[in-house]
Amino acid sequence: MLWLSCPNCGSRPIEEFGFGGELPTVPDRITDPKERDIDYVWMFDNLEGISIERWFHQAGCRRWHTVERNTITDSVEP
Amino acid sequence: MNEFVETLLEMKWHEPKSSYDVVIIGGGGHGLATAYYLATQHGITNVAVIEANYIGSGNSGRNTTIIRANYGIPESVRFYQHSLELYAGLEDETGCWIMHATKGLLWIAHTETGMRAERARAIINTACGAETHAVGPQEIKQICPQIDLTGNGRYPVLGASYHVGAATARHDRVVWAYAQGAMQRGVTVLQHTKVTGLIRDGERVVGVETDRGPISAGIVMSSVGGNVTKIAAHADVRLPVRTHALQAFVTNAYAPGFSGIISDSELSCYVSQTPRGQMLIGAEFEPQPSYSMQSTFNSLASCAKKITNCLPFLRDLRVLRQWTGICDVSADFSPIMGFTGVDGFVISTGWGTWGFKGIPAGGEQMAQLIATGKTPDLIAPFALDRFARDHAMADLGSAGTR
Repeated sequence: MLWLSCPNCGSRPIEEFGFGGELPTVPDRITDPKERDIDYVWMFDNLEGISIERWFHQAGCRRWHTVERNTITDSVEP
Repeated sequence: MNEFVETLLEMKWHEPKSSYDVVIIGGGGHGLATAYYLATQHGITNVAVIEANYIGSGNSGRNTTIIRANYGIPESVRFYQHSLELYAGLEDETGCWIMHATKGLLWIAHTETGMRAERARAIINTACGAETHAVGPQEIKQICPQIDLTGNGRYPVLGASYHVGAATARHDRVVWAYAQGAMQRGVTVLQHTKVTGLIRDGERVVGVETDRGPISAGIVMSSVGGNVTKIAAHADVRLPVRTHALQAFVTNAYAPGFSGIISDSELSCYVSQTPRGQMLIGAEFEPQPSYSMQSTFNSLASCAKKITNCLPFLRDLRVLRQWTGICDVSADFSPIMGFTGVDGFVISTGWGTWGFKGIPAGGEQMAQLIATGKTPDLIAPFALDRFARDHAMADLGSAGTR
């Protein structure tokens, strides 16, 4: 079972959290402002490795926080 | 590797050439079907399909083999209904026994809101050519006598939509049928060959780098599953795709005769019986993106708990195998097919957890797109540029059950 560390509640099972998506990034090579907006809204980095994500502790403190998660092992380094 | 299937088929494997008219990355159902239809319908046989592992080793060999067309938006219903019809004729066309069986699918609802969704589904499906009826509890009991209409006292069954044409087929046989058909007509299938990059000439994609050397191509198609983002990144194509893990499991054999496919959109799980008699059960993909193919006890336990509410006989069965696939789930839960905006590079992705049922139509339409250079009408709504045009094809309700 994957456990996430909540800054307010400590280590809690992942079922208590809602996934809010990775922090959106737009590649520098996209320069057109409209293209950048489309990329920001729709496109995902879908990283294989460490991904920086937002998680919402919906069954706990009900606060958003940022987590670094390894998407290859689906685990969070302590 | 499924030796059982492999020994049934005689195939001539080739060494890679340095150049092909069409190179298809990904030897799953969609890649091989595209090669098959390029060869049979368009006479294009100078084609290579490149697979990193063995063919059908990805999601084509891991899905729950359900073929259905009861989607929520007209464009999807038409596309999947066409696919369902192609599946029905696939054994005659390829001469391979894919164990196709039309079973009918019950999509059951436990709330008035759920029933409203199922009635709407029945209407839109029927209007677009996929026969679906709204049915009540008594008809459900007739179709599936094993069901507990009280839902263990917690999830009473109020009704369902019954999709008459839904079917199952043996998934690796589908892959091998297309591979055999394509290879008999001169298509090269390269197994255990990894694509490490795309060769560019300016903006244009003109070939692929592999661990067995570069291969140049007139056009490159990606039909890669979970790892598609990395392949597209070689062409600087950004995708609205996240990779999620999906798990499924089978039980030991139950008396044959569990005729239908039972789906539950509110509990997000589904069950069918394989030709061997095993009960095949699956659920939602994991909420967080992941490349891990590790199966989890949590997923098994939650899915088993949900499905036994409505089908109590499953409690007496034992779990034989559990497995995981990594799926390319698109932002709007519809597939992405067609041109990418980069010359020489087309894509078939976003198949998420609904790709198996789309194999024949997806392959046929992509073959037509490659052969003619024009997007066929049937898949025009599924182009990658729909996101930029603000024409996303949101169909989350239909993705809940595969």
